[in-house]
Amino acid sequence: MKKVIELKVNGEIFELDVDPRRTLLEVLREQLSLTGTHKGCDEGECGACTVLMDGSPVNSCLVLAMDADGKNITTIEGLADGDHLHPIQTAFVEHAGIQCGFCTPGMILTAKALLDENPEPTTEEIKKGIAGNLCRCTGYTQIIESISAASKNYSKEGE
Amino acid sequence: MTLYLKRLPKIEYLEPESVNEACLLLRQYNGEAKVIAGGTDLLIQMKNRALTPKYLINLKKISGLGEIIYSDTNGLRIGSAVKLRAIESSPLVKEKFTALFEAACNMASIQIRNLATIGGNLCNALPSADTAPPLLALDAKLKLIGVDGERIVPIKDFFKGPGETVLNSSEILTEIQIDEPPSFSGSTYIKYTLRNAMDLARVGVAVFIKLNPSDGKCEDVRIALSACAPTPIRVEKTEKVLIGSSLTDETIAEASEVACDESECRIDSFRVPVDYREELIKVLTKRAIRNTVKTIGGTS
Repeated sequence: MKKVIELKVNGEIFELDVDPRRTLLEVLREQLSLTGTHKGCDEGECGACTVLMDGSPVNSCLVLAMDADGKNITTIEGLADGDHLHPIQTAFVEHAGIQCGFCTPGMILTAKALLDENPEPTTEEIKKGIAGNLCRCTGYTQIIESISAASKNYSKEGE
Repeated sequence: MTLYLKRLPKIEYLEPESVNEACLLLRQYNGEAKVIAGGTDLLIQMKNRALTPKYLINLKKISGLGEIIYSDTNGLRIGSAVKLRAIESSPLVKEKFTALFEAACNMASIQIRNLATIGGNLCNALPSADTAPPLLALDAKLKLIGVDGERIVPIKDFFKGPGETVLNSSEILTEIQIDEPPSFSGSTYIKYTLRNAMDLARVGVAVFIKLNPSDGKCEDVRIALSACAPTPIRVEKTEKVLIGSSLTDETIAEASEVACDESECRIDSFRVPVDYREELIKVLTKRAIRNTVKTIGGTS
């Protein structure tokens, strides 16, 4: 039996009819066409589906859409301001933190949550912070460098 | 072992506003309903069709289940729906109930810890459940509420087997209670994993020690293991070796041998061969005892 929920995604409010068995990942991709959030493992192990829920990174594949009712959701689409990239996105471009791009949205959102809480992380803290985001391409070195670069002059509102 | 994940099966999502309502729903839909808090274990089990409840009973709208309450008279009360991330982020838990903090820090990933709950970890009852050994070492009590009333169960008596607890079909774990730790005591949890993160414990050891401040001898000790038996276990014969002793290297070594004997893993498991696990238990028990003693102020 479908229920009506209210999702606040990237600052916009959507009133949606959802089947209770839908995950937030499915609703974002299939009902809202926000395909920046990726389905990797679908079981909370890879982090490709990471979104921010009230500022905290979660695996959207393990969140029932009904549980996201009324929460503030940030997807990768919510970071850039038109053509103007978020500083973390710029850092990933400049420091080769992206290869195939599949892990990137989840990785950047996790990095955003990390820097919002700890604007000057050590390399160890970065590694611990992104432990839930797997990358099969880069070997993580450039990702860590990108996050480290983004942390210089980082401010929560995004420059 | 997960071979293939599907989309979730059809469910009805029920959202009671009280524990009593939730228990009544469990009884009403006997066998066809499961409670859900974080859902990080349950939803995976449903995606691979290991479990297919028709009704999910959401615990997240019930007030009181998500709180950490502390007083130095009553000790710590953790609501069963408290997220692992909240436990990891609590300076109070880090300082006074250190083993539990150390367990929470090393579970899964931040994304999971932002959803998963301590109650879920306990009720899912894997032998490797990381919050269990610290709570066993801290001698926690669990509050269970069902349609017939409530009862307090010492955590020692909570686990029956892999994935099995003493919860009856209408009961819900609502609270974890830990007494204020005595002075000159401390606790640690060591989780041994092959990966640096995102791994189940191959062996986990939690230790609680209280020292006598005047002679540094061990006045009280509790040791618990994860992933070494069908359930998380206390190793009480090991504890007896240490109580009253001066915790010399010899005594600690003897205790680690007893801990290895007391654990119940006689077969090679998928994750760890027997002889490696036995060696790990010995090494980690010694290490956990020494680390715990170091954290206690005063003589040692």
